[in-house]
Amino acid sequence: MQFNAPAGTTLFDDAKVVGRAHTRIDGPLKVTGTAPYAYERHDVVAGQLYGYPLGATIAHGRITAMETEAARTAPGVRAIISTLDVEPLGLGMMNVARLFGGAEVMHYHQAIALVVADSFEEARAASALIRVTYEADAPADYDLHAAFARLEGSGEPDTAYGDVDEAFRTAAAVTDQMYHTPGQSHQMMEPFASIVDWSDGGGLTGWISNQMINWTRGSLATTLGIDKERIRIESPYVGGGFGGKLWLRADTVLAALGSRAAKAPVKVALPRPMMMNNATHRSATVQRIRLAANADGTLKAIWHENVSYGLPGGRGENGTAQTPFFYGSETMRVKTHMAEMPLPESADMRAPGEGAGLMALEIAMDEMAEALSMDPVAFRVANDTQVTPGNPDLPFSDRHFVECLTRGAEAFGWDATRPAPGSRRDGDWLIGQGVAGAFRGALTLPSGARAAIEDGKLVIETDMTDIGTGSYTILAQTAAEVMGLTVDDVIVRLGNSAYPVSSGSGGQFGAVSSSTGVYAACMALRARIAEELQLDAPVFAKGRVRGGTTDRALLELTTEAVEAIEWGDFMEGFQKATFGAHFVEVGVNAYTGETRVRRMLAVCDAGRILNPTTARSQVIGGMVMGVGAALSEEMALDAARGMFANHDLAGYEVAVHADIPEQEVIFLDTLDPVASPLKAKGVGELGLCGVAAAVANAMYNATGIRLRDYPLTLDKMLDYLPAV
Amino acid sequence: MRAFSYEKATDPAAAAARAAEVPGAKFIAGGTNLLDLMKLEIEAPAHLIDVQGLGFDEITATDEGGLRIGTLVTNTALAADARVRRDYPVLTRAIVAGASGQLRNKATTGGNLLQRTRCPYFYDTAMPCNKRAPGTGCGALTTGAFSRQLGIIGTSDACIATHPSDMAVALRALDAVVETVTPSGMTRRIALEEFHRLPGETPDQETALMPGELITHVTLPAPVGGRQSYHKVRDRASYAFALVSVALIRQADGSGRVALGGVAPKPWRSAAADAQLPNGARAVIAALLEGARPTEENAFKITLAERTLAAMLKEA
Repeated sequence: MQFNAPAGTTLFDDAKVVGRAHTRIDGPLKVTGTAPYAYERHDVVAGQLYGYPLGATIAHGRITAMETEAARTAPGVRAIISTLDVEPLGLGMMNVARLFGGAEVMHYHQAIALVVADSFEEARAASALIRVTYEADAPADYDLHAAFARLEGSGEPDTAYGDVDEAFRTAAAVTDQMYHTPGQSHQMMEPFASIVDWSDGGGLTGWISNQMINWTRGSLATTLGIDKERIRIESPYVGGGFGGKLWLRADTVLAALGSRAAKAPVKVALPRPMMMNNATHRSATVQRIRLAANADGTLKAIWHENVSYGLPGGRGENGTAQTPFFYGSETMRVKTHMAEMPLPESADMRAPGEGAGLMALEIAMDEMAEALSMDPVAFRVANDTQVTPGNPDLPFSDRHFVECLTRGAEAFGWDATRPAPGSRRDGDWLIGQGVAGAFRGALTLPSGARAAIEDGKLVIETDMTDIGTGSYTILAQTAAEVMGLTVDDVIVRLGNSAYPVSSGSGGQFGAVSSSTGVYAACMALRARIAEELQLDAPVFAKGRVRGGTTDRALLELTTEAVEAIEWGDFMEGFQKATFGAHFVEVGVNAYTGETRVRRMLAVCDAGRILNPTTARSQVIGGMVMGVGAALSEEMALDAARGMFANHDLAGYEVAVHADIPEQEVIFLDTLDPVASPLKAKGVGELGLCGVAAAVANAMYNATGIRLRDYPLTLDKMLDYLPAV
Repeated sequence: MRAFSYEKATDPAAAAARAAEVPGAKFIAGGTNLLDLMKLEIEAPAHLIDVQGLGFDEITATDEGGLRIGTLVTNTALAADARVRRDYPVLTRAIVAGASGQLRNKATTGGNLLQRTRCPYFYDTAMPCNKRAPGTGCGALTTGAFSRQLGIIGTSDACIATHPSDMAVALRALDAVVETVTPSGMTRRIALEEFHRLPGETPDQETALMPGELITHVTLPAPVGGRQSYHKVRDRASYAFALVSVALIRQADGSGRVALGGVAPKPWRSAAADAQLPNGARAVIAALLEGARPTEENAFKITLAERTLAAMLKEA
């Protein structure tokens, strides 16, 4: 099915199932512990062995020797795979750090060996017996601020229009500040985990925890040098990914090599202490944002420059991702740089780009509002744009950012008179409110599905994944809607390479793309049924198909159809994105600087909300992640050793229950006919975008202390809090 | 984890004798810290002596009007004890500020005192650490290393780790005494003040216990009254180790006691600092942290300690 023009009136405009709150259809499996996650697929293949990985303990250099004999003869050991015995493996899609093979070490905890044994304990014990000798390269320079100073102004801007320099000379108000966001780690609850059966070196089957079945299948083929058609992957349940499981990772490669060597299926999970330095993460950023404004509060210039780090060929974190699109401005200059550093691979984490970029930009907007003596809500409203700022001929398909701000201000009880910073107290607590805008692109990818009526059920099969997001449920709702059935009539099967290729889960493109793919498959199924029953434009409603004199119970039929959605070029005539506003109230302890978020509100404009229950879970989860980003999450760089030192969940502090107050989410009742036939867009990353800046702005309002260096920990405030 | 042998102790003195005699032996009770460390091979005991069957799980009144806490009393039971809550509220408050409910259900009184530091360089066996591997150096003292959480006083050039316990900070303020049985069957009383050692050149030697010596009880003197509070400051609201924690006992006349956690290799208290209480937080902390040697990253702990105590004195 081609989506070649904006959606007109569709069956979803009269929806009875889509758009209604529905609890997860896979919920009972999860709360009873019976949803089969990768490491626990004990029943899928007999004779599973356990693999335990060993990580490099230098940041960069070479392995000169590896002594494995003691491990090889340890109890229960079946095989040992040393990176020195394996030719450097090919790089999978988007990977820049080699996952295994060869003597070169590119980052700390790079996988360098795997021990395969009869039990997990034996494999782990034997891994500790391996002795590795390294030739380490000279320590590298990990100073990102210095890198910014070195790179600032270099290269052609990524976006540039108008005379920015002149704008700054003639502006009524100017701000110019540096911002820093730290490295952030996905730290999803389920670690990277795989069972791979490649016992005979022929066909390979992987039961893995992964967001993108088809990409990873291709990457595994490239990495191992085998035909993609000989690889089968299952990933029906994923215990969180946040972008960390978009790509092939070491657990899968090691399990495959271990399986081939031991001639048995092998399971490998990355130990938690290895996750931070072995896997990917969001790069730290240093950003300089200069704003110029007219006296009426409209922006005259935005000048945003960003640097992040990455391995050679990597992408880093583009903190300017949102800047060319979010606010109108007479002139603009935007540039992102990447400094090469031998650190673990930096790559995608929830809202890559905007995730770090809005942490800075939305503080800068708050600062400019203050410089103009404007309410920060009114200032953002004044700079809304319905067209791409540098290209008035490219309009937004559907943009209600202003309504997010005004609805939110009203619902939150926003005080537009803005009490002076540090002027409100509740006992020892300084109270403040903050606002930030949210922006995230609305990407779509081709997505296919099979729809079939079998044994009295509508069966939907697609290689789409459910990474805790609610895919099972919204796809059941979509299918039920199109076929005139109830959710209970639908069986959804996901995460299997035997099924039609879908968008997968990432970039908040999953829900919109895969639901449209299921819509396409169900429309094809309707056409097939019409053809089989020789009906002209039959009606599918209340479990029956009717037309002419025919009136049949739909689920008594047996038939199937496979179809995919392809996205038409007309979409390039529009700028598609999702929008939001975050409102936060915090208390900052006047003595200790401890910050406690008191309440939070998000207002989201993301087109049709397919299921308010699962969408809300996505947004409040993003808000929790935003509180962590604001207040505590930081990959602590050991610059002497080129590794992240706090590599467990005691050291890398994500928000806990006690950090999270009342959370409220409002979805605007919007429809975007350009975004998809369902007029829906993604929302899973929007919930994170801007949250941390709203916290930062609230802390400023509470204390009068402007922090631009995340995380906003108390040590950065102590010297500026009221004297005691 | 290395393979180990295991036995269940049935008699305290015999257990102590066995621990002294079997090479590489260690006691295990709740195991909330030791098992984690064994999995990472930070601890690799050749033999475990499980003391959980020894009793020592009651809190009894002493003739002096205090309490005698069996070493196997769980953190949960100790914090919930009505006498503790009434007469030693700083202890209850400190305990519930630590770990999680699940861990406190299993962690024991003696084990809490013997838990190891959470320094990230201690936890990564690839890193130098004089506490874990004597003679390898201190990973946290290298220029560029991460030391924000670590100690500012009582530390040495060999080690800047902190003792992570909250409970021990309150016990220090309460002048608790540790009771033990030695391998020769003698009992011994060690003031908590003397129980944890400063690292000096030997940070691997953390307590005054001799090889094999087994903690049997922790004794609290008669209640000292006063307003008792515990304030633990950390980067998130729960389930994190202290940046700084303060145990305060304050009498109506303004005198009292102050002990700090999160700053030193042991609960940190001094008589000279206690004597400064009538003069306010700045005077107390100046006396208590005199000679502090923070790193650039954790110098804020001095200010934080002062401001935290100031907030508590305002309330007390």
